[in-house]
Amino acid sequence: MALLEIKDLHAKVGEREILKGIDLTVNAGEVHAIMGPNGSGKSTLAQVLSGRDMYVVTGGSVTYDGKDLLELSPEDRAREGIFLAFQYPVEIPGVSNMYFLKAALNAIRKHRGIEELDAMDFLNVVREKMQIMKMDQALLNRPVNTGFSGGEKKRNEIFQMAVLEPRLAILDETDSGLDIDALRTVAGGVNAMRSPDRGMIVVTHYQRLLSEIVPDFVHVLADGRIVKSGGKELALELEAEGYEGLGLHDEPEAVGRI
Amino acid sequence: MTAVAEQIGAWLEQFTNQLPAPAWLEPLRKTAFQRFAELGFPNTHNEEWRFTNVAAIARTTFAPGRKGVVQTKLAKGPIQLVFANGHLLSKPESLPKGLEVGGFADDPVAVQKHLGKYASFNENAFVALNTAMTQDGALIRVARGAVIEEPIEIFYLTTTGKDPIATHPRALILVGANAQCTIVERYTGVSEGAYLTNAVTEIVVGESAVVDHYKVQQEALSAYHVATLQAGLGRSSVFSSTSISLGGALVRNDANCILSEGSEGTLNGLYIVNGTQHVDNHTAIDHAQPHANSHELYKGILDGKSHAVFNGKIFVRKDAQKTDSKQTNKNLVLSDEAVVDTKPELQILADDVRCTHGATIGQLDAESLFYLRSRGIAKHEARNLLIFAFAQDVVDRIKVQSLRDSLEKILFEKFHEHAE
Ligand SMILES: Nc1ncnc2c1ncn2[C@@H]1O[C@H](COP(=O)(O)OP(=O)(O)O)[C@@H](O)[C@H]1O
Ligand SMILES: [Mg+2]
Repeated sequence: MALLEIKDLHAKVGEREILKGIDLTVNAGEVHAIMGPNGSGKSTLAQVLSGRDMYVVTGGSVTYDGKDLLELSPEDRAREGIFLAFQYPVEIPGVSNMYFLKAALNAIRKHRGIEELDAMDFLNVVREKMQIMKMDQALLNRPVNTGFSGGEKKRNEIFQMAVLEPRLAILDETDSGLDIDALRTVAGGVNAMRSPDRGMIVVTHYQRLLSEIVPDFVHVLADGRIVKSGGKELALELEAEGYEGLGLHDEPEAVGRI
Repeated sequence: MTAVAEQIGAWLEQFTNQLPAPAWLEPLRKTAFQRFAELGFPNTHNEEWRFTNVAAIARTTFAPGRKGVVQTKLAKGPIQLVFANGHLLSKPESLPKGLEVGGFADDPVAVQKHLGKYASFNENAFVALNTAMTQDGALIRVARGAVIEEPIEIFYLTTTGKDPIATHPRALILVGANAQCTIVERYTGVSEGAYLTNAVTEIVVGESAVVDHYKVQQEALSAYHVATLQAGLGRSSVFSSTSISLGGALVRNDANCILSEGSEGTLNGLYIVNGTQHVDNHTAIDHAQPHANSHELYKGILDGKSHAVFNGKIFVRKDAQKTDSKQTNKNLVLSDEAVVDTKPELQILADDVRCTHGATIGQLDAESLFYLRSRGIAKHEARNLLIFAFAQDVVDRIKVQSLRDSLEKILFEKFHEHAE
């Protein structure tokens, strides 16, 4: 059984249709890259999969681990093992990173019937993962993403992923805004998570990330549809010819939007 | 008799029948009652009371508070003054050097010198009524240079059944030059029906003194609570007052500060209302002299059909150059039916000053809510976390640990009612 099976998925925001029939199957152990010009619907797909209600699914189906994913609340999706690394991680002043992540981990553990962790055990779990992500422990006591640099935010997303150990990880442009060192750290964190039980969808605008996280499949999303699929060499092809080579263009990106 | 005369009439009877005051207090009480009778209770045509209708208070005939049983359990603190239904119930047994804590009878000379000198009853009918009804009150005196580490707590408890009673708590807090202290005023009540707490607190902060004041209002949900805080800040002194408003059906807090040269005044507030609760915070900071700073942070959380009013006046007098003043009012509205009226009122006559103000009325941030839920945190928990987070910066500024802890507990319990 496939881990994730998306069939003819349509979604809109307001009156505007953004996803216009997506088909995608991800098996455990696979890494799928989704590339495409700005505005093609990559983030929309990622957010729809994690249950953001701003996007209304108007057709098609999504089956995750044999269940109708679209029936589940965002928190239940997370508890069932879906993780979205946000393109724009949200700043939450007043909520400490530590409290937040402990609450999240314990909610997931409870759902899976595993004993919840106390503060000490939690610290032991996170300490090692912070090292992998080259994150300063002080970040745990800071409010969630508040005052973090762009790179710190992205690393914090992958750190959360490492702690929550999802079965399906969706990374939305985790590479954007990272210098090469930070990119390698982030990619290292992601690669360490690759496993035969885990599927990954890596959304990116550029090929750069994909030479660090080598995908099994590459899909090109344009105007709400997957217009081309192939192996990892497709990314290199795109790099050489640009989206223009496929007759595709970037939409100017709106500021501050998801 | 007209309706107004009738309202005043009931109070006149109470005024006339109250216990005789010391000779020196009599003229003050008389003048105050006179002024109250002239002013009458304010109505909503009065700009200061535009959003707060006190007709229900004006209509009600309140009996004086009787000495009664106390039904509220108190956490015992070392320096505690307790008033029950307006009557002094207990005083601290021992006090650190340089501190006086007691009733007005304990130091009539000091009281006579200061009482009513700060909180003007000329324009405010409630202050006038409080002054007219003053029999006893809390007196706190900190000697010059004394540093009192333990918080000084004043409890005002009201215990009543269905019959409405009124109390007029009065506190006079005199802090000498270079002295330091922390004062906590707590208002709580147990009642089946309406009652009125009409409080006035006068604080004199001596030169270079440091005073932190907290007011925790946890009246019964059927109560009317009207209170004025009047603080005068001496040269280079530092004063802060934090108002936590949780209870009451109809609540009006006035917090007024007058700043002398080089002083620093902070007024913070947190109000949490639900149902049909109404809370009105009026603040006034008077930069009377140069080089003074003021900070103001008021935050409100509203649910149900509640109504919150914030009015922040800042006066910067002509000579008050180099004033630095910042005012912020933020409201988190959890329901569609709750209403907020917020208004800054800046009157700046000096030219070399920095004054900023800002007010917001918002809902829980949908993106933050989604972010938390996308990590597995249940919707109601995510909501509670964000509500908590909203209040956090006011709570964090509270320096009395026990107060901060009890407030966090209250917040936690309050917002777990939302759990679906
Ligand atoms: N919340 C939204 N409101 C309005 N339009 C949106 C919203 N989210 C996305 N869109 C629009 O949908 C299209 C796809 O956006 P998005 O999924 O963010 O693209 P990508 O991630 O591929 O850059 C864009 O045209 C964008 O303007
Ligand atoms: Mg995007």
